[in-house]
Amino acid sequence: MNKYLTDNLFGRDIKKAPTRNGYGEGLLEAGRKNKDVVVLCADLTESTRSEAFAKEFPERFIEVGVAEQNMAALAAGMALAGKIPFISSYAAFSPGRNNEQIRTTIAINDVGVKIGGAHAGVSVGPDGATHQALEDMALMRVMPNMKVISPCDEVEAKKATIAAVTIPGPVYLRFARAATPVFTTDKTPFVFGRAEVFVPGRDGTIVATGPLVYEALLASRRLAKKGISVEVINCHTIKPLDEKTIVASARKTGCVVTVEEHQVAGGLGGAVAEVLARKLPVPMEFVGMQDRFGESGSPEELLAKFGLDASGIEKAVRKVLKRKL
Amino acid sequence: MQKRYTFPQLDKMANIMRQDIITMLLEAGSGHSAGPLGMADVFAALYFSILKHDPKRPLWKDRDRLILSNGHICPVRYAAMARAGYFPVKELMTLRKLGSRLQGHPERTRLPGLETTSGPLGSGLSQAAGMAYVGKKIDGADWRVYCIMSDGEQEAGNTWEAAMFAGKNRLSNLTAILDRNNIQIDGYTEDIMPLEPLRAKYEAFNWHVLEVDGHNIEEVVDACNMAKAIQEKPALIIAHTIPGKGVSFMENEFEWHGKPPKASEAKKALAELRTLGGKITSEHE
Repeated sequence: MNKYLTDNLFGRDIKKAPTRNGYGEGLLEAGRKNKDVVVLCADLTESTRSEAFAKEFPERFIEVGVAEQNMAALAAGMALAGKIPFISSYAAFSPGRNNEQIRTTIAINDVGVKIGGAHAGVSVGPDGATHQALEDMALMRVMPNMKVISPCDEVEAKKATIAAVTIPGPVYLRFARAATPVFTTDKTPFVFGRAEVFVPGRDGTIVATGPLVYEALLASRRLAKKGISVEVINCHTIKPLDEKTIVASARKTGCVVTVEEHQVAGGLGGAVAEVLARKLPVPMEFVGMQDRFGESGSPEELLAKFGLDASGIEKAVRKVLKRKL
Repeated sequence: MQKRYTFPQLDKMANIMRQDIITMLLEAGSGHSAGPLGMADVFAALYFSILKHDPKRPLWKDRDRLILSNGHICPVRYAAMARAGYFPVKELMTLRKLGSRLQGHPERTRLPGLETTSGPLGSGLSQAAGMAYVGKKIDGADWRVYCIMSDGEQEAGNTWEAAMFAGKNRLSNLTAILDRNNIQIDGYTEDIMPLEPLRAKYEAFNWHVLEVDGHNIEEVVDACNMAKAIQEKPALIIAHTIPGKGVSFMENEFEWHGKPPKASEAKKALAELRTLGGKITSEHE
């Protein structure tokens, strides 16, 4: 079996959990390991899964109320006073609403504040467009000094959260609301800044991030049954991007499809395109939000509507294969 | 042990810093004149009497922290730091130039002792509150946090988020000093967006409020000492100041908020400062 993935990969009874759960578990473990870890939250303690940390370390948990701008700048002050603050909210508000405070007090200041943005992507579901962050990776990726991590499942989210403690300077961690398959294991390697080839292939490459990596795996399996061999790369670190792994794969397969629950501009797709344009231009297709906002619906309905599910990815792969010279 | 300055010595230091500010701004060719001149007395009081600090050890862990929220008045901070011994006075002439540690708005990563990076208004009080929270509620440290704010940034929502947080958490180790000079870039504050009653607003946010003549150093020092004695609340000192103080043609003119003097204006300004506005008649250049 694949050393990266759970044995039960395509089983009907595969465990499902939201990546924000991994954030909560990671915070707790980070708090136990390091007494300088503090957590701030803007009135979303349960929903961002900051709750367990708040219960175990009440003296290191700071409720700031509905005040994301204050939360970011408070955390900068706390970092300057020697703490390792995690700030928890929905990605639409943090790093959305408080973008300038993040830029000035965290990024230019280059302090070690870790930004946990929950409820990213259309899979937020019924809450609709206002609460479905689809620009957050772009906002954070273009900011000097900022690092960006988008974990693919609960287990990886926990590892990423713990890793953020020791990554110097500011880090943005992106999480989703919906329960999605937990397909990596405790043994799956997680190295900040390194993309992992989950499935090797020869005809084309899918570079995916976040819970949609699972949809990419489903698409790859369907295509394999039809004799098309597609490589699937889990790109959890959007910045710094693992250029080496991506370019090597593109060289091998000759075409790339990027997959993300985010605007195709400025996120993973943009990042990969920038690298390949410089180093190895190959045909690319972009699965993601095509310059539009989300809307209310169930996560499954929305992923299907916007072509972000396995079928949409399969279609994009077929399209890019036709463009190969 | 920090040197003790008498009040006349502090007045003299403020005057020297005002001359530094004029010279720096003339050399830089851009920058803000009114705010730095207006706050020279408060900065002289802070750096030469109030703050527990050591210019030779800018990162000394037990130092008091001074956050300058309205970063644009940084020339006055640079002047105070240079005169206190953080760096050579001649380095003031590099203000706003390529490669300088004295950026147009202060950057912590370039100049130790600045405590943070600031300029965009409204977020300094949050950073100060974050430090004060760690000092008081987590680490139980002795150092205090001071935060200088402008009156214009009282229009920013972030300021009030921070005020609410500090009030809730009774951050008595935090003293904010509000530069009440009544001007901002576009005009007089009460025309742009009325701020009064500032005292009542902060009191309603659970702060202890003091008001002083921001050009009376003794009053500023006394108020800071009184603020230390307030046990259960953060303190706000509203320092009533005259923007452009010390230079007659800049005083109270909002047009001087964001521009530097020309050579002829600088010469006139320096002459006024050296003669204390004509009170000393035997001025020699």
